[in-house]
Amino acid sequence: MTSTAERRAPRAQTGRRAPNPAKAARAVGLYAAGLAVLVFSVFPVYWMLATAFKPQSEIVSLDPTLVPMAPTLENFDRVLNGQIIPGVSFWRFMVNSLIVTLGSVAIAAVLSLLAAIAVARFRFRLRTAFIILLMVIQMVPMEAMIISIFINIRQFQDTTGLQLLGNLSGILIVYAAVAVPITTMMLRGFVAAVPKELEESAAIDGASNWTIFWRILMPLVAPGLAAASIFAFITAWNEFIVALTFLGRSTEYYTLPLTLSYYSSRFGGTDWGGIMAASTLLTVPVMIFFLFVQRRMVNGLTMGAVKG
Amino acid sequence: MAQTPETVRPAEESETAETRTTPRGGPQGNRWNRWLSPPYLLIAPALVLLTGVLFWPIVQMVWNSFYEYSTRHLLPNSPPAEWVGVQHYTDLLSDPQFWTILRNTVLVCGAMVVLTMVLGTLVGLLLNRLPNWFSTVVGIGMMLAWATPVISASMIYKWLFEDRSGLVNHMLAALPDWLVGSGWLEYQWFLDPLPLFSVLVLIIVWQAFPFIALSVLAGLKSIPGELYEAARVDGAGAWRSFWAVTFPMLRPLFALLLILQIIWDLRVFTQLYILAGGFQNESVYLLSYYIYQQGFSASPPNYGMGSAIAVVMTVMILGITAYYLRIMIRQGETR
Repeated sequence: MTSTAERRAPRAQTGRRAPNPAKAARAVGLYAAGLAVLVFSVFPVYWMLATAFKPQSEIVSLDPTLVPMAPTLENFDRVLNGQIIPGVSFWRFMVNSLIVTLGSVAIAAVLSLLAAIAVARFRFRLRTAFIILLMVIQMVPMEAMIISIFINIRQFQDTTGLQLLGNLSGILIVYAAVAVPITTMMLRGFVAAVPKELEESAAIDGASNWTIFWRILMPLVAPGLAAASIFAFITAWNEFIVALTFLGRSTEYYTLPLTLSYYSSRFGGTDWGGIMAASTLLTVPVMIFFLFVQRRMVNGLTMGAVKG
Repeated sequence: MAQTPETVRPAEESETAETRTTPRGGPQGNRWNRWLSPPYLLIAPALVLLTGVLFWPIVQMVWNSFYEYSTRHLLPNSPPAEWVGVQHYTDLLSDPQFWTILRNTVLVCGAMVVLTMVLGTLVGLLLNRLPNWFSTVVGIGMMLAWATPVISASMIYKWLFEDRSGLVNHMLAALPDWLVGSGWLEYQWFLDPLPLFSVLVLIIVWQAFPFIALSVLAGLKSIPGELYEAARVDGAGAWRSFWAVTFPMLRPLFALLLILQIIWDLRVFTQLYILAGGFQNESVYLLSYYIYQQGFSASPPNYGMGSAIAVVMTVMILGITAYYLRIMIRQGETR
C-alpha cells in the first residue's frame, strides 16, 4: 500500500518525504532513458553539422573526433560558390525550391479552404463522394501513381503544348494536388468549429457574404490554415520522387533535395564535407520553422486525421 | 485552369442571393441550377485539380497495366500501346524475383512498423513521467529528428555508415572484439540486403518514432487520472494499468497510428534510392523501388509492368486501409 500511495503523486512528494532509495533509482533510470532518447534523436543531426564545419583532413581522418578541431567554412563556401552542377549556382536551387513550395502551398490553401467550407457548411449530393475521394487519394502512395502521372502530364503537354515537364510548373501543380486532400480534411474541422450562429447573426445585421468570410470566418480559421499550410510546406520542401521524375536532366530547375542527390552521386564518398554542408542548408531552415510551429503541427495532424 | 475565388463569387451572388445569407444551403438551395450552387462552385477548383492530377492517373494505372507500354508509344505519331491483357500479372506471379521483393517489402515494412510503434509508445510513456522541463527538452530533440528532410536524413546515415571514415565502423572497431567481432573498419553496409535494410529500418524508425511518441503523449494527457488511481487501488502494476487503462483508452489512436505507419513505410523510396545508390543492385529492391525502376530506369521503360506492380501495391494498401476507412465512415467522418 505504501508504494502505491507514493506512486500517486511522485512529483509533489519529492520535497517532503525522506529520500527513498528505490524511488531515487527509478528517477535516475527515467532521466537516463530520457537522455538516451535525446542523444539518439539529436546525434545524427549533430554529426551532420560537425562534419559540415570540419576541414577535409578531419573528415577523412581514420581517427574521427567528436567536435571539429579546426572549424572552417570551406565546405559551405564550396557549396555556395562552387559548381555542383556546372553553370548553376546553389542560390538558384534554393530559389527553385522556394518557388515550388510557396506556389503549391498558396494554391492548395485557397482551393482547400473553399472545399472545406463547402464540406463543413453545406449538405449536397456529391458531398460524401467528395470526402471519400479525398480519403482514397490520400491513401494511394505517390510511388504507385508516379508512372501514370508522368504519362498523363506528358500526354497533356504533347496535346496542349504547355511545357510541364523539365521546369517548375509541373511539380508545382502536382505538389498542390497532393496537399489538397490533407489540408481540406484539416481545415474542415476548423471551419466546422466556427459557430454558424456567428455567421447568421452577422447576416441578420446586414453583412455581405464577403464580409462574413473575411471578418468572421477567416480570423477563426486562420490558425487551421496556418497549420495546414505548414504541413503542405514541409511536404513540398522535402519531396523527391516527383522532382526526380519530372525534372530529369533539366538541372537548372532542380529543387534542393534533387540537388543534394545529384551532389552525392557525383562526389559521394569523396566530398562528405560538401554534402553535409549542403544538407545543412536544406535542413536548418525547415528545423527552425518546425520548432516554431511544432505544437500546431501535432494538433493539426491528429485533429485532421482523427476528428473532423 | 483552376477557378479562383474571384470567379466563384459573382456567379454565387447572382444565382443564390437568398440562400447565401443563411450559409446552410441544403436541398432548398437553388432549384433550377443545382450544379452552380455554392457547394459545387466551392469544391469545383479542388475537384478539377484532384481529378486531373491524381484521380485520373489512378484509373489510368489500372488501364496501363493491361498494355505493353513504353517510351516509343509516347512519341508523336507513335503506334498505340498494345493490349496484352493480364500478361503482366501472370508474369509477375510466376517471377521468383517479384516474390522475393514482395517478401522483403513485407518483412522490412513490418520491422519498421513494429519498432517504430514500440519505441514511440515507450518514449511517449517515458515523456509522460519525466518532469516537465526535461520532457520538453527531449521533445524538442525528437522534433529535430522528425523535421530532418528525408533526403538529408538518408545522406547523414549514409555518411555515418560509410565504410572507411564513417563513424559507426570506427566505433564498432573500437569496441572489444569479443562483443562485436572484428574487421569493421572496411565493412560495407550497402552491398547486401540484410545490412542495407538494417540501416534503412534505422533511418525510418529514427524519423518516425517522434510522431508516435508525441501523439501517444497527447493521448495520455487526455486520459483522466482517476482511471489510473482506480487501477492502482485494485493493485495493478505499471504493466497491468497500461493494458487495462492506457491501451483500451488509446485504442483508436493506436489503430490510426498503426495504419499510417504501414502506409508510410510501404512506400519508402528516397532513403533506399540514396543508400543503394541507383538501381544496379537488384537484391535490395522493395516494391515501390521496383515500380520506379520498371518505369524510369529499365531500358526501355516498361510502363505496363510498372503499373501492374503499382496496382498490386495499391491493392495491398487499400486492403490494409479499408478497415480504417470503414471506421472513419462509420464514425461519421463523411457525414
